[in-house]
Amino acid sequence: MSDITKDKQIVQIAIFAALLAALGFIPPIPFATGVPISAQSLGVMLAGTILGARNGALSMILFLVVVALGANLLAGGRGGLGVFAGPTAGFLFAFPFAAFTAGLLTRTLSSQFSLTIAAGIGAFVGGIIVMYLFGIAGFKMVTGRTWLESLMIMWVYIPGDAVKVVLAAAVTGAVARALPSSFTNK
Amino acid sequence: MMSLYLAQLSWMHRLPAGIKLFCLAVATVLLYPVKEVWIISLAVAITLGIYASLGRSGLAQLTLLKPLFWMMLAIFALQYWTMGLAEAWVLLGRMLVLILLANAISMTTRMDEMNVVFQFLLTPLRWLGVKTQRIAFALSLLIRFVPVLVSFMHALLAAWRARGGQRRYWQIIAPLVVQALRMSDQVAEAVAARGGIPNNIKH
Repeated sequence: MSDITKDKQIVQIAIFAALLAALGFIPPIPFATGVPISAQSLGVMLAGTILGARNGALSMILFLVVVALGANLLAGGRGGLGVFAGPTAGFLFAFPFAAFTAGLLTRTLSSQFSLTIAAGIGAFVGGIIVMYLFGIAGFKMVTGRTWLESLMIMWVYIPGDAVKVVLAAAVTGAVARALPSSFTNK
Repeated sequence: MMSLYLAQLSWMHRLPAGIKLFCLAVATVLLYPVKEVWIISLAVAITLGIYASLGRSGLAQLTLLKPLFWMMLAIFALQYWTMGLAEAWVLLGRMLVLILLANAISMTTRMDEMNVVFQFLLTPLRWLGVKTQRIAFALSLLIRFVPVLVSFMHALLAAWRARGGQRRYWQIIAPLVVQALRMSDQVAEAVAARGGIPNNIKH
């Protein structure tokens, strides 16, 4: 791979991490379950479906590093080292893994299905299954609850995340149509 | 926006970042297995004391716990109901102490000081041949472009509202991503025109 291509990927990784921060500033949309949904976890799915497994995961790691260094870029203006000690820290550690899974599935499945469907499946497995696996494991570790009790506390967020899966699929399709040359994850 | 740092000079600001982070790591390891109510209560008191020693702006930072309030309450209630008051307090107290101590470091350490520690922690990667300057470059790009993307987002949101868009804000996400990718192509061209991302340590 030429140096120019590599540099281009690093720029893309950094700017997508900045995009994740910007998504955290979109006013949260109040949702039926009473829990407002933020666009940031949608960004995690998009990092995978759009940048691909490796670059999407690297972009998420970069974002978490900047949060750990003290930037309050998580949705709701949270950040700093404290968020990695809280009951929801597992979700943060999940970001790179969720993006990786979403990217890998999108790429693998897009040979059989349309890109939108492939991205939807990728976003679902990465953004919900992987995300909640880590999130609940982290919650368990901090609070010492069982899997079932942890899930009971978290379930309110799941409907909102399901909406994001649909959005991630639609946005991925739209971006691939708008910028066929930049879209490399297929 | 952008940073939790409190611009003032306290005793905690003067401590080197490395020492603060080391103390946090020790406190985390020591507190994790603690079951005694009095130790946890002491730790909570010491932590609150640290915030008080930072002055009014330090105490004001305790509001960072507000978004966690309902979840904390649910955890406390569940623990109280299944295990009893002592266990519930130990769990809640430990969680509060670890979150607040970690946050105190972010409040009293500038991001560039933290970055020095981070670059030091990357040393093993450098031995493996990873060009860590490229990671540092990516970090500064990210910090530089957050305000740019936030302004893109506000412009799209304003346009959406001007067209009579309701609360379906998500309509702006696809154009936002397209703008971000387009801009990243332009930035990559600019970087290439300046000779690419620095590779060696001297840069």
